[in-house]
This record gives sequence, C-alpha cells and structure tokens, in this order.
Amino acid sequence: MTFCCASGGFDDAPIKRHPSIAVNILCDKVLSLSHPIDQCAKRPHIRGMTDLSRIRNFSIVAHIDHGKSTLADRLIQSTNTVADRDMKEQLLDSMDIERERGITIKANTVRIDYHAADGHDYVLNLIDTPGHVDFAYEVSRSMRAVEGSLLIVDSTQGVEAQTLANVYQAIDADHDIVPVLNKIDLPASDCVRVAEQIEDVIGIDASDAVMVSAKTGIGIDETLEAIVTRLPAPDGSVDAPLKAMLVDSWYDAYLGVVVLVRIMDGVLKKGQRIRMMATNAVYPVDRIGVFRPEMTSVESLGPGEIGFITASIKQVRDTKVGDTITHEKKGAETPLPGFQPSVPVVFCGLFPVDSSEFEDLRDAIEKLALNDASFSYEMETSAALGFGFRCGFLGLLHLEVIRDRTEREYGIELITTAPSVIYHIFMKDGEMIELHNPADMPDPSKIDHIQEPRIKATILVPDEFLGDVLKLCQDRRGLQEDLTYAGSRAMVVYDLPLNEVVFDFYDRLKSVSKGYASFDYQMTGYREDNLVKMSVLVNDEPVDALSTMVHRDRADMRGRAMCEKLKDLIPRHMFKIPIQAAIGGKVIARETLSALRKDVTAKCYGGDASRKKKLLEKQKAGKKKMRQFGRVDIPQEAFISALKMDN
Amino acid sequence: MRSVFFGGGTPSLMKPSVVDRILNRIQQLWPLTNDVEITLEANPTSIDSAKFAEFSSAGINRVSIGIQSLNDADLRRLGRLHSVQEAMTALEIAQKQFARVSFDLIYARQDQSLSSWETELVQALSFAPDHLSLYQLTIEPDTAFALRQAAGKLAGLPNHDLSADMYQLTQYICDAAGLPAYEISNHAKPGQESRHNLIYWHYGDYLGIGPGAHGRVTLDGARYATETPLSPADWLHSALEGSGESKRYSLSPVDQAGEYLMMGLRINEGLNIDRYEGMAQKKLDQLSVDNLIKDGLAFLSGRRLILTKPGRMVLNSIVVALMPIH
Repeated sequence: MTFCCASGGFDDAPIKRHPSIAVNILCDKVLSLSHPIDQCAKRPHIRGMTDLSRIRNFSIVAHIDHGKSTLADRLIQSTNTVADRDMKEQLLDSMDIERERGITIKANTVRIDYHAADGHDYVLNLIDTPGHVDFAYEVSRSMRAVEGSLLIVDSTQGVEAQTLANVYQAIDADHDIVPVLNKIDLPASDCVRVAEQIEDVIGIDASDAVMVSAKTGIGIDETLEAIVTRLPAPDGSVDAPLKAMLVDSWYDAYLGVVVLVRIMDGVLKKGQRIRMMATNAVYPVDRIGVFRPEMTSVESLGPGEIGFITASIKQVRDTKVGDTITHEKKGAETPLPGFQPSVPVVFCGLFPVDSSEFEDLRDAIEKLALNDASFSYEMETSAALGFGFRCGFLGLLHLEVIRDRTEREYGIELITTAPSVIYHIFMKDGEMIELHNPADMPDPSKIDHIQEPRIKATILVPDEFLGDVLKLCQDRRGLQEDLTYAGSRAMVVYDLPLNEVVFDFYDRLKSVSKGYASFDYQMTGYREDNLVKMSVLVNDEPVDALSTMVHRDRADMRGRAMCEKLKDLIPRHMFKIPIQAAIGGKVIARETLSALRKDVTAKCYGGDASRKKKLLEKQKAGKKKMRQFGRVDIPQEAFISALKMDN
Repeated sequence: MRSVFFGGGTPSLMKPSVVDRILNRIQQLWPLTNDVEITLEANPTSIDSAKFAEFSSAGINRVSIGIQSLNDADLRRLGRLHSVQEAMTALEIAQKQFARVSFDLIYARQDQSLSSWETELVQALSFAPDHLSLYQLTIEPDTAFALRQAAGKLAGLPNHDLSADMYQLTQYICDAAGLPAYEISNHAKPGQESRHNLIYWHYGDYLGIGPGAHGRVTLDGARYATETPLSPADWLHSALEGSGESKRYSLSPVDQAGEYLMMGLRINEGLNIDRYEGMAQKKLDQLSVDNLIKDGLAFLSGRRLILTKPGRMVLNSIVVALMPIH
C-alpha cells in the first residue's frame, strides 16, 4: 500500500503549527498531512460500503501504561495501514498533553484493512477510547459504537482500577471481550496468575487469552485473527432509515467541525441533508470519509461502518456526543437510546496572574470551550484575584488539561483556585440553590440543609499498603462498602464525598501506596451532611479565594492545617500578621506570622548603587506577581497549596 | 574638592609616590578645601603598615583598615591573609600616623554566638577607634557565598532571629561606647563620620576613576551614571586613549528617585521628601508612609522621613514598598 497524500510526514508539533486549531481535539497530525483530502478520493481501492460480515468494530480497554497505545500502533503497523517510515509511537494520541502523560483524552479511530487466514479481506475499525474516569461518558459512547473489546492487561501487573471501570463499560455495552495479556516478554510476567485474576475479579473467561508483547511484536497476528474470529460482525439494515451515532467531534482549521460517526442503519451519502435529532439542526453533508489513519474520502458509509463527515457545522458545541444523526427527510422516528449531555462536576476559578491578561484569558477560554462542550465557564470577580472565570469540568484531569492548554497554547499564566463540587443548598423557603463557588454561599440562617455529591470509589492496592489506604478513606469521611482480595491485592469500595476526593485525594493515594494503588470512581448522587463554609482571614481581611466548604466535624482540623500552611506560604512582612480560619463570625483556628526583623543590606556605597537598586527592583517585580489583601502580599501558589492536606 | 577616597581592591599596595602624584594632579584640577578628607583603604598586613608614614606624607589623612575579625580561625575562614596580631600592630601604627583611623569588622559569621560577638566588639572598642564599620555577613544572590550556601557549605550561619539580635546588640554596645550608628553599618564619634561616604548616602555627585569605578555626575542639569572598565589593563588602555569611561548614561527621574530613596534612608538624617518628590516627579506614597509610621518603623521630622532603629533593620522591604516604578 502506498500513500498518495503523506506529503508532510508526521510532525511533532501539530498544535503549535496551527494556533487557530489549538482547541482541536484529536488527529491534528493526521489532518495536517492529509489536505487536500479530495486528492485521496481518487485512490482506486477505496470502496463504498463494506459487507457487514466483513466488518469488525472494536475498542481497546486497558489501564494506563498497560500498553494500549503500543498495541494499537502494532496493529496499524503490521497491517501496513501506515508505512514503517511514517510510524511513530502513540500514533493515535496527537495532543502534546496526551503524548506527555501517556494518556488518551479523546476518542480516536483508525480503519485497518486485514487479509485474514480464512482468505477474506476484513475491515477492522478501532476506536481508541480515553481511559480516564473524567471522560467516562465519552468512553461509554465510544463503547456503544463498537461490538467488541480487547481487554489488555499487563501480565507483570495485573488488573487495575481503571481496567475494571472500563471493562464494566464494555460489558454494559454488551461487548464480546477478548482478553490480551501484554508484556509477556518481561521476566516479571506472570500470565497464569493474571489470567486467574481476570477470571476472579472481572468474571470473564481468560483461558484463551492472547499472549502478546506489543513491544516486540509477539502475538500481533494472533490478536488480529482473534478480532476476526472471536468478535461479532455488526448488525444493521441498508434499507432502514438512517441512524448514525455521533461518537465524537472536533474542530479542524481547514475542514471546520469534523464529526466521527458510526452508522447503525441506513446509508449516509455525500450531499445528503442530515438532521441532528437532539438539536433538530439540519446540515448538508460536505464530505464523507474514513481514517486510515489519515482522512480519506469515500462516497458513502453503510451499516456497521465508522467514519467521519463534515457538514458546514460552525462549532463543536453544536454537536452533542451521543446524538443520533438521521436524514432530514424520511428520517428515523426514534433516536438511539441512552443519549445524555455530559455535565461538569468540578468547578474552580481561573484567574490570570497578570490581571491585564484578562481579555486574553477570555479569548483562550472561549476558544477552548467552543470545541469542548463538556467544559463550562462564566465570568467571576474575586476581591482577591480580580477578574477571572469560574469553570466547570468533568473531573480533575479535565481541569488540569484545560489549565495546561490555556497556559501552554495561549501563554497565559494562571492562578487556579481550590476546586469545588456542586452543593445543593436547600433554603428554608423551599428553594434549592446549586452552589458552585463557596464565595457565593447564602446567609446560613436562611439555609435549611445542604447536600453534597457522593461517589463510589474503587481502589485496588497491594496488601501491604491497605492499612494506609483505609485510613486515608476514613479520614476523608468514607464509608466502606466492600473489601475483597484478588491474590495479594485488595479491592476496596468506598462511598466517599466528592469534595474530599476532588482536590488531592489521588496524590495522597499515590503517596501512601508508593504509587501502587489504582483508583476509579463514579458519581452516585447527593446526600445531606453537616456542611459549613469556612472562611480565611489574613490580617483580619477575608480572602474569598481561600474559602471552602467543609464538614463541620472536620472544620477545626482543616482550619488549623490551613492556617499553619499559610503561615509557611506567606512571606514575612514588616508587621506581624494574624491568620485565622472562621465559620461565620466564629474563629476556629489562628496562627500569627511574626514580623520580618531584618533584611537590610550591610554595605551600600557609591559603587553598589546600580546593582543594589536592580536587586530591589527585582524584588518589587516579584511582589507585583503576588496578590494583595489589604497590606499583605500572598504568593499565587498559596491559593492551591494552602488547601492540600497532609493526611 | 572636599574628599578623595582610595578604595576597592587593595589601594595600600600602591607606592606612596603614586598616591602623591595622583593627589597633586587632583589639586591642579580642582582646588581642595582646607578640611579635605583623603581616605585610603588598607590591609592590616605588615607590608602595608610599613608604608603608612609615607602615605601620610603624600597627603592621606584618614585610613580605613580591613581588620574583619579579631579571631585567627575566622580570618582564615574568611580568606584573609593577616593575623589578629598583625592587625593590632597595623592599627597601632595607623593611629600614630593618621589623624583619623577607622577599621571594619564582619559579624554574624559562621558558628558565631551572640556572646562571642559581644566579647569581640567590646575588645574592638577598647582600641579607642573614632570610627567603626560593622558589617553583618549577608549572603547576597549571585555571589560566590550564595553558591557555597546553596551547596550546603556554609553551615552554622545565624538564623534570622539571631542575626537580628546581633544587629540590635551591636547598636546597644556602640551607643553606650559613644559611637552611635550614623548609617546602617557605620559608627562614629560625633564629627568623625566619613564625609566621603556621606556623599553617597546624600546622593551627591562623585567621580569614579580607575578600574571598575562608578560615578554619579550632574552635567548641564542632567544626572549621569558613569562606569569604567573592570580590568586594570582595559582601563589603562581606555584612560590613555580616551576618557577612561566604559559607560555613561543619563538616569531617568524614576531611577534617580529610586537610588536616592535607597541611599538616603540609610542615614540618620533620612530622606528629604521634597527633594525625593522633585526627582520622582510624583508624591511619595502616603499610605505606605502612614503604615510605616503606624508600625513604628519610621517617623517624620519636618519634611524628612527618618527610619527608626527597627525600621533601618528592614530597609530593603521599606525601599521595595516605597520605590517608584517605571
């Protein structure tokens, strides 16, 4: 196979090359080398629809670092879908952040042509899903677009929490699952134990697991055969009204919004007018194509096929992941089941370090939001931090990704305030208020009760760290629901308040388990608890950006910890500074930062003037970067660090 | 010409005849006042002190001796080549040869306790100096000391509270001995203040001549900063071929105001607010001044802002707070 359009080769910095598509979600690289795509349409071997029995659609389920991207790379490589010279690691992960963190943030897809041992040619569509809990909804949609999964487990490690969460999604989606034991070339590999663990913990038969070393290429052919022989072909009718699932969408600088679709029923052709069933918006289809992995035009997509369309859609916000696409006329009556828009669960304030960059921040956030429907924002004014935005995220990783991209792609230094969850405040007059920001807490005397979101957390941890993990969960107000063993690993299930997890739980968990614990969670609902707003006063001035919602029983301890932290984080001033934590008017903790006594430079004569003045100017510039509260300068990092708990 | 100061490096290595020629040349260019102060910085070694009589004949009337410490082990640690005995001999010779003698000590040294510094300072005062420079060892960024400290090689330096205590003790002992501080690190019997150094702190004009010398000069109403080449060979070449200056640039009003603030607040007279505001072309920040007064760090005496003793100790913070910005 040859490339007709691989003129540019793969490039390392797709996002930087196209600042205007910095909000792009995936495949920038693929897109950047495939323009103009119409050239590709002339490829003689590109067919239209494929016979259903010759299609296999699958995803790969794995815990981070268990080798998902490497296996995907090998499948692509060994079928010559990408020429060796164009091959690079983590081919499908195109964002800098994805490569750096070794994670997949958005769903990604590739169509592989495979000549199987039975003599037939098959089309294998791989949808590479995000592994992280923050993107669980995207995972669930991607899962519903395919019929089977490869379950990759690192044979040196065993099953991890993320494996579980994702494999349950696959089971939910009625997938046939082929277990794949990876890294069998390593001395620490223990296939027998891991296969048993898969059977014990997940409850699926692992006796015929495929033994693979994605790194060295062992077992790749067997994997391809297993996909063909052990995963089902899709169902669907050519004659039924069009039902295509909107699996994902992203923005491309040249093509506009690109929509990844899975055709369930009917046929989608170029030039047809389509309707989004959730929004009722109608668009003409400009282009239809598949990923090989570069975008390649085709005339039509039939049942069971996965590909992309472009349809003059202005922004990604107009496309809802999970929506059903049908024809404008003679369309389907009912949409595909299970559509739900994703909702932010974690909120925090993003403020520019340099307040003059507020407009730049607005611009950056608007651009990011345009192409990430799950990210919400509204303007926020803080007495402490000036103008910024209160932003909503799917979870902490999502928050970090957006924050990193704002800093990296738009060059804006940010102050991130403490993440908060949404509290339900039930007022005495019967009204219910959703509280996204502790600073907006209504008058407590008018509040009847407060509910907070809870999660079900699943943690897998080696036995030796179990005690510390249990203590951590107890300290975070967790209620143990289950504790089972799989070999020398314990699996604990806790009911935890999300607000105890949202901030630094994962860091603490990694720390107490020396990195061996794995963690995943799902939201379970809201429950009433004794919650209060704790404010912090520095030199008798309230610092709104430091207020937090806490459980009353934990308030004294949190307040003390916070005051102690702030005492270390705030530099000494020329006067002593009281630091207090308070609930309403009641001070619950207090520390005093003593005054700076001496900083004078001993020698300053005529020859020292220029140099000494420069040093002091540098200090002054450093102070400008801090935030002023009354007479106190607080360094930006204090806003986050003060909230980190040591237990 | 009111003062000449031979300082920086070790000017006492010069031949007295060179000093003589320089002073003659100065006198030809600018008439000297009757009470002209001509200071030489000297090392307390026998080689240097042997030349004191000749320096005196050449016109030097004040010496400042870098004794640094009255403890031999510490002198070695500080990298000095002289011993305490040598230093005391040099001081004795100097006090005979010159009308005015100052010497300097460094304190807050590694492993120095409050009481050992007290003993050392009392011993220093017993030599009946009329002027003392007492420098607290401070580690400044981007210096060899800072690198050594970062590498963990400067253990035993006093912490923040102990060094503040040492400074306060120093003030107390010197006040009692009749040598109050007239500047952060300089103590003198009344009338024995260094007239030359006061020019810096008054932010007056001074010419910088010789390798690596800085100057501040007013020409046609504008204030200039001057610098000369650091290496002696380069300087010599530059001086023979041209002006001897490597840089001359005018100081903006904000630069001048910043320098005056930093210098003026070091001395007892404090900052002349009118002069400062004339330079800065804007008012001194009233809120900051009020806060300094409220916190007991400064007071006003007419139109002068003067720092209290606690205020002087946090001078850097005060300058940063008041400093005008571009």
